[in-house]
Amino acid sequence: MAETSVSHAHETHEHGPDGNLWDGGKEPMKASYGKLMMWYFLVSDAFTFAGFLIAYGAIRFSMPTWPEPDFVFASFPFVKAHWPLVFVTFMTFVLIFSSVTMVRAVQEGHRENKRGVVFWMFLTILGGATFLGSQAYEWTVLIKYENVSVNRNPFGRYIADGVMVDASGKEIMENGAPVNVKKDQSYLLHGHEHDGKVELEKKYVRYTSGAYAGQTVQVEEGPKAFGALFFFITGFHGFHVFSGVAFLTIIMINAMSGLYASRKNGYEMVEKIGLYWHFVDLVWVFVFLVFYLL
Amino acid sequence: MAAHQSYEDQKKLVFYGLKLLGIITIVEVVFALFAKGHIVPSITFGKDGGIGQAIYMLAMIGASLYKAYFIVFFFMHMSHEVKGLVLSVLLPMLLLVWAIIAFFQEGGRWGAAREQIKQKNQEVVQPAPSAKPTGYWLDGTMRG
Repeated sequence: MAETSVSHAHETHEHGPDGNLWDGGKEPMKASYGKLMMWYFLVSDAFTFAGFLIAYGAIRFSMPTWPEPDFVFASFPFVKAHWPLVFVTFMTFVLIFSSVTMVRAVQEGHRENKRGVVFWMFLTILGGATFLGSQAYEWTVLIKYENVSVNRNPFGRYIADGVMVDASGKEIMENGAPVNVKKDQSYLLHGHEHDGKVELEKKYVRYTSGAYAGQTVQVEEGPKAFGALFFFITGFHGFHVFSGVAFLTIIMINAMSGLYASRKNGYEMVEKIGLYWHFVDLVWVFVFLVFYLL
Repeated sequence: MAAHQSYEDQKKLVFYGLKLLGIITIVEVVFALFAKGHIVPSITFGKDGGIGQAIYMLAMIGASLYKAYFIVFFFMHMSHEVKGLVLSVLLPMLLLVWAIIAFFQEGGRWGAAREQIKQKNQEVVQPAPSAKPTGYWLDGTMRG
């Protein structure tokens, strides 16, 4: 018995295409341990993000209306007018640029060019920091000025055609004409501070169509889950960007010190953080899709 | 990895990627604004429901998937990895196809159930006028 198994092992050794894989020194799938594990970490992270985004989709599907992205995301620094989606397009471009500079850093690493690696990594870090700052601006507008929180959503859409009225049911006149609202038209309930607590304004509408035709109804908040989903998903992505910036900084300092040059493996550490950084950009493609475009 | 590409070729790929991702993003945003009536106010097929919105959404999802493909295969160099690594990363993603189908179906069901509860709560139940009372008469005699 022992002899057969020994001869069998011997046979494998003789005829195997790569010799004996179990002797060590050979990288499975021609990728180093670190790179392979980065790929599998990203697979697991992809499932986490997919879980969040699918939950968002399921909840959005269950609601009769959903806030309109080009109405909600229309602010731009120093601009009073509505510029729908312009700022978030800027944020997307910041991430695309920082992805491109990251690819350049990895390429310079393969050429063992320390100055190039540090220069392009520095630009990448700058891009990541700019993105975080932009996100801070976006969140500030939503939280401070528009009063969105994880359990309050002043953004909604009218469920039918109607006319604005006051609490007693009398039509509100503006420039001598009643104010009409349309089905699916977006609204924002403005908040005002009252004893240190923010209260949303009370608006009433008398519907002229749909299931509530003829009734005076208070305009309700939009789907409450909107704020929680938005802050958790973009926050989780922003946290990835933040961790990325932290690790990029550490690796840039290490590269400056000559640590990776002495390893003589083509700055593999830069390649690994590059994989992570592109993944962050990849996730943003889908966050951008579901929150801002659809 | 990428050893068979010259340095100049690699740099070209990077700027090609920058142009490609940038142009797709701009086209996406302009198309979104167009489809939702921000460029021509009377055109709103992107938010009207129905077939127009379905086409709009599919176009957006398609463009995003192409961006994702480009990032993974060229920026993350998936195209230079061996087949086993590519498959071990991409095949698990197929599980998400079922997750999307199942959870969106579930979400639609939650909405339908919520709507049904709302309607049932508004319903006023009155006994049918023709129904005869059953049980005992007030004086205690059993009714047939």
